[in-house]
Amino acid sequence: MADTALAAPTASPPLWRRWWLPALVFLALAVVPLIWPERFVLGLVSRAMIMGIAALSLDLILGYGAMVSFGHAAFLGLGAYAVAILFEHGIVEAGIAFPVAILVGATFALVTGAISLKTRGVYFIMITLAFGQMAFFTATSLSAYGGDDGLRMFHRSELFGTRILANEATFYFVVLGTLLGCYLLLKAIVASRFGRVLRGAKENERRMRALGFDPFRYRLAAYVISGAICALAGALFANLGLFVAPAYMTWQRSGEFIAMVVAGGMGTLHGAIIGAIGITLIEEWLAELTQHWKAIFGPLVVLVAIFARGGIVRLIDRGGR
Amino acid sequence: MSSPILSLNGLAKSFGALKVTDGVTLDIAPGEIHAVIGPNGAGKTTLIGEITGEVPLDAGTVTFAGQDITRWPVHRRALAGLTRSFQITQVLPGFSVVENVATAAQAHDGSSFSFFRPAATERRLNDRAMTALAQVGLADRARSGAASLSHGEKRQLEIAMALVAEPRLLLLDEPMAGMGREETERMVDVLMALKGRYPMVLVEHDMHAVFRLADRISVLVYGRVIASGTPDQVRADPAVREAYLGEEEFA
Repeated sequence: MADTALAAPTASPPLWRRWWLPALVFLALAVVPLIWPERFVLGLVSRAMIMGIAALSLDLILGYGAMVSFGHAAFLGLGAYAVAILFEHGIVEAGIAFPVAILVGATFALVTGAISLKTRGVYFIMITLAFGQMAFFTATSLSAYGGDDGLRMFHRSELFGTRILANEATFYFVVLGTLLGCYLLLKAIVASRFGRVLRGAKENERRMRALGFDPFRYRLAAYVISGAICALAGALFANLGLFVAPAYMTWQRSGEFIAMVVAGGMGTLHGAIIGAIGITLIEEWLAELTQHWKAIFGPLVVLVAIFARGGIVRLIDRGGR
Repeated sequence: MSSPILSLNGLAKSFGALKVTDGVTLDIAPGEIHAVIGPNGAGKTTLIGEITGEVPLDAGTVTFAGQDITRWPVHRRALAGLTRSFQITQVLPGFSVVENVATAAQAHDGSSFSFFRPAATERRLNDRAMTALAQVGLADRARSGAASLSHGEKRQLEIAMALVAEPRLLLLDEPMAGMGREETERMVDVLMALKGRYPMVLVEHDMHAVFRLADRISVLVYGRVIASGTPDQVRADPAVREAYLGEEEFA
């Protein structure tokens, strides 16, 4: 048999079609500070991008593993608290605090994931919600660290002994770089052997078992990666507002993460970023228009759910054909 | 006779008061095609489930290649070479045809905890997948989405996935179910070509196919083996004739 015929790779659309949209998003994010250097805009878009990192982490398990985590805000909060509590004790170096935050997120994911992944479907949703609420109430009871009121940081984390993160534009690009790094990392993971098993278990679990894969191990590993990345988003989030509070871990925020991923387009990664940025900006804009902004935002979400099934990304994709 | 590749010893399983498997004892010799036939509801698919580990047993032992695998989970049995196809085809619908088979190959090719190298361009996996697809006559559909395959093609795909899994025993659960005449012929040809290379347990309704392929046949009725032997012995068995009375395949 001809050698060339054997090496048939998976059918895939041309390179530009797969990359133009994410490339455009990152390009647009890169030029924002050049067009709008105002503090307010940089802060707002930084927040949107941090939500983007959190949404990316959720898309790995939700979009590629069909695990609907309803407690993902806990990881954001854990990462934020890790940084703020270390700061409180005088450890202000990001080179220490950020890896600790990631480790805390990964550990919490390993423990809670090992338990919740024994269940599937609606039970998994409920149990992740329960763990999320546990984290929330634990934070409210941390009276040494502000309890309900939360905890302030006097300045941003130091980066290798420097205060460069204090500069809004620098911080913006650090967040953008982290977002890009996480995106490329997850992009590689979902295309790897590991990602293939994760996707396969979502497609047909029974088949994957019959092939010799134990889906649990792969799902748990994905859950840990997801928790670690979301905690990293939390570490940045604490630095953005110089403040952490239990409110970071509410189940409403977990729901918002799901909305971001679903509205943007599950299982695409860049859809999660677009969803996160879109929802963050729309919320901000509507809140400026009226204090009853949720009355407009709610129907908007419904419209997206009805008319952009598969998310905004797939709507754009269809329009492009 | 060399020692059997698969030994079922006193398998029993009840769902409530219903005994779906009732003291089944069977040996599958290396290299043979052993067909399991029986009327609807005889417990054939349950028996396959007990061998693969999907259905937990109430009693009895399953010995595979000399190891007691009675308590092993499904994936561990699969890795040991106990490879199955499904009565209702189970493919990965969102994957391309070649990726379905490459995923099967991946299970037997080192660790899948590899996070950075793109799997879709792994030459070794793709080559093995393409070879298996060629064996079942599906090479020209390699790049199609698995969901777009016809029913018969999905069956062929399942066989290809089984072939790359380094099977030591193939368990085929009604591989001809729902197929047209032509597709059935093609599947019989595929299995004929594999005969002798892999021992097989074949659960099948199509009696023409069974009598063409099988070296030995066991007849399952209400969870019991009522006859076991060569096709000629089974065809002549009065108990079998009674169980199948009026069914034209035996006329």
